[in-house]
Amino acid sequence: MLKLKELKASIGEKSIIKGLNLEINPGEVHAIMGPNGSGKSTLANVLSGKDGYTVSGSLKFEDENLQEISIEERARKGIFLAFQYPLEIPGVNTSNFLKTSLNSIRKANGKKELDTISLIKLIKEKASELNIDEKFLSRQLNVGFSGGEKKKNEILQMKLLEPKLSILDETDSGLDIDALRIVADGVNSFKNKNNSFLIITHYQRLLDYIKPDFIHVLSDGKIVKTGCSDLAKELEKTGYKNFN
Amino acid sequence: MTMKPKEIDKLKDYKYGFTTDIENIKSPKGLNEETIRYISKIKNEPNWMLNWRLKAFNRLKSLKEPNWQKPKYPKINYQELYYYSAPKSFKDKPKSIDDVDPKLIETYKKLGIPLEEQKRLSGVAVDAVFDSVSVATTFKGELEKLGIVFCSISEAIQKHPELVKKYLGTVIPITDHYFATLNSAVFTDGSFVYIPPNVKCPMELSTYFRINASDTGQFERTLIIADKGSYVSYLEGCTAPMRDENQLHAANVELIALDDAEIKYSTVQNWYPGDEKGVGGIYNFVTKRGACRGKNSKISWTQVETGSAITWKYPSCILQGDNSVGEFYSIAITNNHQKADTGTKMIHLGKNTKSKIISKGISAGKADNTYRGLVDISKRAKNSRNYTQCDSLLMGNKCGAHTIPYIKNKNSSSTIEHEATTSKINEEQLYYCNQRGMDQEEAVSLIVNGFCKEVLQQLPMEFAVEAQKLVSISLEGSVG
Repeated sequence: MLKLKELKASIGEKSIIKGLNLEINPGEVHAIMGPNGSGKSTLANVLSGKDGYTVSGSLKFEDENLQEISIEERARKGIFLAFQYPLEIPGVNTSNFLKTSLNSIRKANGKKELDTISLIKLIKEKASELNIDEKFLSRQLNVGFSGGEKKKNEILQMKLLEPKLSILDETDSGLDIDALRIVADGVNSFKNKNNSFLIITHYQRLLDYIKPDFIHVLSDGKIVKTGCSDLAKELEKTGYKNFN
Repeated sequence: MTMKPKEIDKLKDYKYGFTTDIENIKSPKGLNEETIRYISKIKNEPNWMLNWRLKAFNRLKSLKEPNWQKPKYPKINYQELYYYSAPKSFKDKPKSIDDVDPKLIETYKKLGIPLEEQKRLSGVAVDAVFDSVSVATTFKGELEKLGIVFCSISEAIQKHPELVKKYLGTVIPITDHYFATLNSAVFTDGSFVYIPPNVKCPMELSTYFRINASDTGQFERTLIIADKGSYVSYLEGCTAPMRDENQLHAANVELIALDDAEIKYSTVQNWYPGDEKGVGGIYNFVTKRGACRGKNSKISWTQVETGSAITWKYPSCILQGDNSVGEFYSIAITNNHQKADTGTKMIHLGKNTKSKIISKGISAGKADNTYRGLVDISKRAKNSRNYTQCDSLLMGNKCGAHTIPYIKNKNSSSTIEHEATTSKINEEQLYYCNQRGMDQEEAVSLIVNGFCKEVLQQLPMEFAVEAQKLVSISLEGSVG
């Protein structure tokens, strides 16, 4: 599904990702762990197509060259990024945002746009699975949401948009244990043999709830070690210092 | 009708830019006493009305155009304009909608305003003004049953002279300022509304203004009176064909609310803004003023200004009655070379008077947007309050936004609050929307409509959706 070869990314003169190789197949869950400043969020941003980076190397999503595709087209093809800091958009109510988003993606994929009534029904269904109070639908997008509510909203969007590749950028940071469990349940219930996940995290604790198939350690812009679940436990004990 | 490809291309941007090919009767060119007598005569006005006009014209001779505003414009040659233009078929005034020239009905249909009996907008009575005359007024009969008068001002002068005499010029006197006085001398048509005591008008009243003829100024005059304990919601819409010349629209609108009465006045202004190089477009120089004359009365202005080459207007409230309330909600969008200098005046005279100002200015392209507002609390207006919030949103780095508040508080028991923000459209918000599959235009439209929401919410339901679309269309292609 996703193939990265010798991926390099820099902002201005500063090089951040320095030759990264990664292959994610349908149905796989990959976790990327690493210390602050190792390039984790940059990787998420570059995959989503965010402006401001100079990117080289090969980035392929379902055999298409991502570098030639805009942010919204990547989203429409099934790349979803759960933001570390979801944005507030004053005046825009959450259901309207979700509707605009879902219909843009449906339209681009040749599907019929959903009317407001079926959409609200769908959103409510997904929201209840995540234990989200439906009142939040009429609230302004992320405005005045707690950290946990914002992250749950990201997972709700993921479940609604049904992407092929979901990138979770430190979704666990700032969550209490209950919210963490809800977020993890959201991911686990959505996971199937056709979709894939790239979970970016600093801590091991999210991986107690979501079992990755592979764990990669990112250090100074490169993957320095790849292993299975045990690697997370090891890192928890020894920290990242061995990889610096 | 055949069009050159260039014209078709233009129409995509401003879909109201077509011209109706219709034979006109025009007054002689130029601003002089003869023109005023011509207008008065063709409207078969009583003598007092003609004299009122002439008095205004005399006053005009000693006035100069104001020049303190931010957008400057080339000198207008008032002698080269026509002051009256009407479809020829109006020589014998049509008695009913069936007598109206089908071309006119078609024009309004294209503008989304069906005038025929069976296709009328439900819950909205419409007065359609084409150049200098009112074409038709719908739902008149139904309204008459409640004692509501909703007709053109020309008709009111004929049929309700006592009301017109009593109220015309009492909020905007004929001595006011250049454009207001010019309007008093040469005004042609507009709407007249009278709501009798304790009547809540059951439907939205609406006037649709259309400029069609070239070299013609439009001088609209509207007068709305809400008698004691009554309520009315009124909406005006405006469009004009695309022409390379600038056309002048100098309207006067007077509102009067007596004891416990409320008037809600909404405007969706979409005059032709000129092309992307700044050629053509309407000069929208308008005087709008409301008097809360009675105690506990309320006047609320809502405006969505997206059109015109230059918009220059300050819908104001004179809060005379004790406990009266004035509100001003405004969205002003300027794109390409458009310029707007708009805001409000809240004059607090009565005790415990309250006013609220919410202004949202959006500037894109090379446009310039100024909020200018006055809050004046007099010595007698004890315990009065004003709250003002002015937010400006900039798109790109060639446009400008300015906030100029004038604040006068002459007693210590009153309070004035002013908040102002200026922001650029946030790149991170756009990125977030893009990542959710929205393209640049969808994202901008969503964010801008969110920015304007407090004002859009004030519009009557029937028009809020239209206005939202208009906000998006006005900004198309301004980011990216």
